[in-house]
Amino acid sequence: MKVLIMGCGRLGARIAWTLDEQGHEIVVMDTNPTAFRRLPASFGGTTIIGNGMDGPALEKAGVEQMDAFMATTQGDNRNYFASQMAKEVYHVSRVLCRIYDPLREELFRDIGLETFSPTSLGARVMVDMLLGKPTPVEVK
Amino acid sequence: MYIVIAGGGKVGFHLAQELLRANNEVLIVEREAARVAQIAEELGDSVVQGDSCEVSTLDAAGVARADLVAAVTGDDEDNLVICEIARKRGVPRTVARINNPRNELLFKRRGIETTVSATQAILGQIEQELPTSDIMIPLLQLASGLELVEMKLPDNSPVVGRSVREILLPSESLISLIVDPGGVPRIPNGDTRLNAGDALVIVTRQESMEWLREAFIGSRHGLDT
Repeated sequence: MKVLIMGCGRLGARIAWTLDEQGHEIVVMDTNPTAFRRLPASFGGTTIIGNGMDGPALEKAGVEQMDAFMATTQGDNRNYFASQMAKEVYHVSRVLCRIYDPLREELFRDIGLETFSPTSLGARVMVDMLLGKPTPVEVK
Repeated sequence: MYIVIAGGGKVGFHLAQELLRANNEVLIVEREAARVAQIAEELGDSVVQGDSCEVSTLDAAGVARADLVAAVTGDDEDNLVICEIARKRGVPRTVARINNPRNELLFKRRGIETTVSATQAILGQIEQELPTSDIMIPLLQLASGLELVEMKLPDNSPVVGRSVREILLPSESLISLIVDPGGVPRIPNGDTRLNAGDALVIVTRQESMEWLREAFIGSRHGLDT
């Protein structure tokens, strides 16, 4: 699978590394070149300095040939914006997006993105740890 | 109309001033407390402090009852998110300022109106929404520099009942097509009478547009209503 990852922070780097080890073709983008230090020396994918919200930068990263796009920068709005660029403008078939704010995460999911909120998930996991039993899942 | 303006920079501030002057209910949502204080000095309680990208801030601003949300911060990604939240809350119309013109396509795909610039352009777009003004819609600028506009005649239009011949149009202006309220298009001649609800497609010069608005619609300015 060809995957473009926007943001080489802890999460982005970890995803890039894991997928690379499994033999997927990975391109990681970050505006800050020092971020690529988070990748292991064995990383076989491509790194590109650039902003994932910028059309030409995405094109340079080969967005049109990608099977998946993942937005993992620190900014919820940036992640949403870049994900919609990938989806609506470049028609990438799988677009995954990290959103810290649970409310926005829910809203963006309703709009049709594949979203993930470490806040909601982390809260649930930690409450479960404390109480020693799973929190009942809300049925919507 | 109740209008929520996200972002109290120059654009947001002047936009609010204009809209307040036209008797709209306006609320600016601005992140920086110092800027909020500055705006409050000029506009009183038409400003509130908060991050408009937060769902809870917009809810507290009563976004659900807004007729329009204008997202005019300096960040395109924030403006996109603000408009998306507003739409999810049922706001019928959202307008975003885009700072990078290349982003226009994305906003278009998301069904959000955009404007690349400053107060006047945003006002121009909003104006179409105000009572008298969805009746004059710029369609196209022709290669010759002439403009093609569509104008829908309101019931109280001064030209209703008159024939095309009786209307003295400005130079280089022409009523090229009339679509009646039933949706039937006709090419008018001098004897064609104008009826309320007719949509006229007019070729004209930019500088004659205000004149046409006055002659065909009666009000000089959409915001005066």
